[in-house]
Amino acid sequence: MSESLLSIRQLAVQVEDTRILDGLDLEVRPGEVHAIMGPNGSGKSTLAHVLAGRPGYRVVGGEVRYEGKDLLALEAEQRAAAGIFLAFQYPVEISGVSNIQFLKTAMNSLRKMRGEPELDAMEFLDNVKRRLHQTQMDETLLYRGVNEGFSGGEKKSNEILQMLVLEPRLAILDESDSGLDIDALKRVAAGIESFRREDRSLILVTHYQRLLDYVTPDYVHVLQHGRIGRSGGPELAQELERAGYAPAAGAPAAGEPEDKENG
Amino acid sequence: MATTPPINELLNRGYSPGFVTEIDADSLPPGLDESVIHAIVEKKREPEFMLQWRLAAYRHWRTMRVPTWSRVHYPPIDFESISYYSSPRARKDAPASLDEVDPEILRTYERLGVPLHERAALAGVAGAGVAVDAVFDSVSVATTFQKELAELGIIFCSFSEAVQKHPELVQRYMGTVVPYTDNFYAALNAAVFSDGSFCYIPKGVKCPMELSTYFRINAVGTGQFERTLIVAEEGASVSYLEGCTAPMRDEHQLHAAVVELIALDNAEIKYATVQNWYPGDAEGKGGIYNFVTKRGLCAGHHSKISWTQVETGSAITWKYPSVMLKGDDSVGEFHSVALTNNYQQADTGTKMVHIGKRTRSTILSKGISAGRGQNTYRGLVKVGRRAEGARNYSQCDSLLIGDRCGAHTLPYIEVMRPDAQVEHEATTSKISDEQLFYCRQRGIDAEAAVSLLVSGFCKEVFRKLPMEFAVEAQALMEVSLEGAIG
Repeated sequence: MSESLLSIRQLAVQVEDTRILDGLDLEVRPGEVHAIMGPNGSGKSTLAHVLAGRPGYRVVGGEVRYEGKDLLALEAEQRAAAGIFLAFQYPVEISGVSNIQFLKTAMNSLRKMRGEPELDAMEFLDNVKRRLHQTQMDETLLYRGVNEGFSGGEKKSNEILQMLVLEPRLAILDESDSGLDIDALKRVAAGIESFRREDRSLILVTHYQRLLDYVTPDYVHVLQHGRIGRSGGPELAQELERAGYAPAAGAPAAGEPEDKENG
Repeated sequence: MATTPPINELLNRGYSPGFVTEIDADSLPPGLDESVIHAIVEKKREPEFMLQWRLAAYRHWRTMRVPTWSRVHYPPIDFESISYYSSPRARKDAPASLDEVDPEILRTYERLGVPLHERAALAGVAGAGVAVDAVFDSVSVATTFQKELAELGIIFCSFSEAVQKHPELVQRYMGTVVPYTDNFYAALNAAVFSDGSFCYIPKGVKCPMELSTYFRINAVGTGQFERTLIVAEEGASVSYLEGCTAPMRDEHQLHAAVVELIALDNAEIKYATVQNWYPGDAEGKGGIYNFVTKRGLCAGHHSKISWTQVETGSAITWKYPSVMLKGDDSVGEFHSVALTNNYQQADTGTKMVHIGKRTRSTILSKGISAGRGQNTYRGLVKVGRRAEGARNYSQCDSLLIGDRCGAHTLPYIEVMRPDAQVEHEATTSKISDEQLFYCRQRGIDAEAAVSLLVSGFCKEVFRKLPMEFAVEAQALMEVSLEGAIG
């Protein structure tokens, strides 16, 4: 008898005048891995950003409950403190602030919001180094500016590193596999697997099936026309790979071109 | 400061040095004429050469016109409504020890975290200490460490004391780098300057401790005219820190200081400032006008002068700490972070004047504009006709926070030689929404995110500050950026 960690009911979201999500339902329980697949422009990234609390999206219907509370009432940093993490599809660069400094600031901010004491600098560094090992990243990257000059693969790995260090309860990975070669993909997958725990949940927003070869989801959902039209087990992903996303009878896709949704 | 608590203990969410010490000040009525000059000289018991110099400066000032070329705007200053002298009344003229200092003054310094007690000054940094020349209003109150420095032959005292005890040094060097004819405010300063610091490092002596001075403007309507003179003889070196606080006021207060640095052969002077004058309230009311002339003269060969400043206060900042590179192989450096928030204005920068051979200069200017702040960098790199092999590198970066502020870069490059190498780089950037959201998603709220991003932006300059100051500077940035986003 597991209570939902995340419960989305009939979520409707607009960007300016365009309806992107339109009656989306989703239940995620602790320990579960849910893959959200769908064609370009279907609203996958919108869902990820709305959950994380990014400004610019208008919720025009439905509700989102996280740990039983209204998630949409919280600011982005409060959601982070509640244990929500978003691995960005296009992580931004922050020059002048080193990765280690950023991580430390984030960690201490989270702990402060939760009423926990700040971490000892040495312990923290040791912890980060261990995680670094798990993601097979080079230690020198820690001292570079956040994502500064990082390759696509390094940026994705850096997102996974941050996830491992910050230990969220619900991690939303927005296309963490896109643009990666097979080795980088395996590294990211290994990082995700080491994160998996029975009290933690993952939402994998993914375009392609191949990440799911390495990270076996509990559920696969298809996001189309602004809502989840089909759900199934891991074999659904393989079916979609073979057969593609079935076009709707009649109405065109709800979303806009990929750029707008992800921008 | 090794001896000073971090500034965010001094400043809460507001500006807490905003108290006024109720003290028995001995002030001149407002207005300026020759009798005021005479009165100042009399109160300070200065020798004849000072009276003559001040009078000449005053008379020259009367012939000058207020400069209007800057990009800062302010209502005309009524020079007749300013009182040009204020001193706390002491039982004797100069306190021989701390016991003789007005206890109210000492309490003020305690509240500001300025240490007057030698023990307190030594605590903190192992093996080093910071001597403090404490200035309260227009008169120096006490000087610590004079004995220890004196053993090395170093003179570090108030300007007033230097005029009394070392008149020949003062007469030799004062006005040689910034003559009273230099500009309107330099002339005014020369005529009515109240006090400041004097530092003299003899041949071959490397001053073993950071020297510092605190300033404070207290009495209403008092213009603060400070004058500082630092001389490093052949092979000498010194690192000097200037940190200021000022109380809250409803009317603008003028601060027209002059700082002269002279480095002889193989000498080095490092001058660092963390400036926190009251910037005016969120509507732009009140605040200090900081019109300063700072100049260093690399008189000797292989001499070096570096200016490092963090300017976050003042309603208006108008200053160009400069270096005249006269000696062959001399080096000039300017590192600056200038922040304007709310309605603050800054027109600041530097002048590097290459005169001798194989001279080098480096300019690193970081301007941050937030709120409705207007930040102008104005810099001059001048390579004279005989300045063989001159090299300059300038980097001017602007960071804009919000969409109501302004950043302006006005580089002047005047090169009279084909073998000069002058490089200039400039960037302008914004704190992007992407970066802000990235930080917020990691649990860092918007204000902390801006702080983080800004400190990353300023890092290169903060690195040049003595460690104690770097901590203050960091905290000062955070306080000054309040309300900058949204």
